[in-house]
Amino acid sequence: MSTSGITDSALHNDSALHTALALVIDMDPALVDIVTLSLRVSLSAVLAAALIGLPLGAALALWRLPGRGVVIVALNALMGLPPVVAGLGVYLLLSRAGPLGELGLLFTPSAMIIAQVVLVLPIIAALARQLVEELWGEYREQLSSFGLSRARAIPTLLWDARFGLITVVLAGFGRASAEVGAVLIVGGNIDGVTRVMTTAIALETSKGNLPLALGLGIVLLSLVALINGAAYIIGETARRRLG
Amino acid sequence: MSDMSMAIGIEAPPAGLAMESVSFDHRGQALLHDVTLTLSGAGKTLIMGPNGAGKSLLMRLAHGLLQPSRGQIRWPNGQPRQAMVFQRPVLLRRSALANLTYTLKINGEPRAKRRAKAMEALQRFGLAALAKRPARVLSGGEQQRLALARAWLIGPEVLFLDEPTAALDPAAIKAVEDAIEDFHRRGTRIVMTSHDLHQARRLADEVIFLCSGRLVEHSKAETFFSAPCTAEAQAFVKGELVW
Repeated sequence: MSTSGITDSALHNDSALHTALALVIDMDPALVDIVTLSLRVSLSAVLAAALIGLPLGAALALWRLPGRGVVIVALNALMGLPPVVAGLGVYLLLSRAGPLGELGLLFTPSAMIIAQVVLVLPIIAALARQLVEELWGEYREQLSSFGLSRARAIPTLLWDARFGLITVVLAGFGRASAEVGAVLIVGGNIDGVTRVMTTAIALETSKGNLPLALGLGIVLLSLVALINGAAYIIGETARRRLG
Repeated sequence: MSDMSMAIGIEAPPAGLAMESVSFDHRGQALLHDVTLTLSGAGKTLIMGPNGAGKSLLMRLAHGLLQPSRGQIRWPNGQPRQAMVFQRPVLLRRSALANLTYTLKINGEPRAKRRAKAMEALQRFGLAALAKRPARVLSGGEQQRLALARAWLIGPEVLFLDEPTAALDPAAIKAVEDAIEDFHRRGTRIVMTSHDLHQARRLADEVIFLCSGRLVEHSKAETFFSAPCTAEAQAFVKGELVW
């Protein structure tokens, strides 16, 4: 009995994989919608987090303001913030009774973007701070000799650290696209509205709809591989070309 | 070769520097004691002395990269336009050409003129063929010439050079020394550190001799090399390093 049970489930998984691949290859509309929304949410979040986090990291690297140490430790700690906690925080902010409840953003893609910004911003700011601080150590005398103020040095430093910073931003994107807790809480996993890859995988798996879950898993995994490949190529190219 | 001195005219009176009782301490250690000197005229000043004498420090104070712990540093004829070339050139992570257009940009040169001026400077310093190369993969000598080309574009009234040939081979040293003479002919005041006696004899109009953070001698080059007044300077000129 038990042997046949294993065989059955193996067969079942095998056909699930086939169906999953078919869904991916045929660009199943439901799957495409979910993937598109996932990318939209995560890319927007990473863009916003980069626009805030890169200058913030550079500023922390350049100015020795009081409280700087506290901010750096906080950012480093927040790099490990559990997504569900971030989701809960944003949920409380955006819920009807919360301070930003008026905006009516809860259970919309905007809320998911906000939650992911909270998750990604510490990564980008903390790692950018490290990179820029190292570069500043090297450039400081030369840029001061040019008569550049610290504020005017920031664009130069961010540009010259660009290859390292691209990897940082990709790491942020990795976190955003992989997390499930935050988007589940503030998005609600509403079909066709706030359902993204990770929440869909969790749901479909619990429903036993393995083909769709697997198909989404394949897409997500490919995406992550693609990002890491890009990060590797960029890093290698930079090392070879710029010395 | 085109005459760049027409493009960047230097009409101001020779920039004078006055240091009055300048001292510099670092972590309770006095690195420079009570230095009083004036630099005037249009000559080439060599700051000489054994390792750790305070040569680079004196120059960084003069250039304004460091503030003195005590004493005053003034430019009685007004703050001149300055540039500094470091022992290890700090080049930006961009092409040779982009390093130069960057300098023109931060000096307020209109975008339309930057490229032509930068190419002219590359040509003058024999780097035209390397314009598109990333600056940081150039050889040591090429990097130093690029740093000189960058200083050239600033059109400095005073040029500080900190051991600019310390890590270079003889051909590259010759190129740097020729470039220094070019600056001098254009009317740029040269202030340079070196511990190489031969180089100093070739270049110096006057010598500032430092020993253990004190100004020991400040005299015309002929006097310094033929009949130094102090025992330390005598030993140094004879090649017996004083520590």
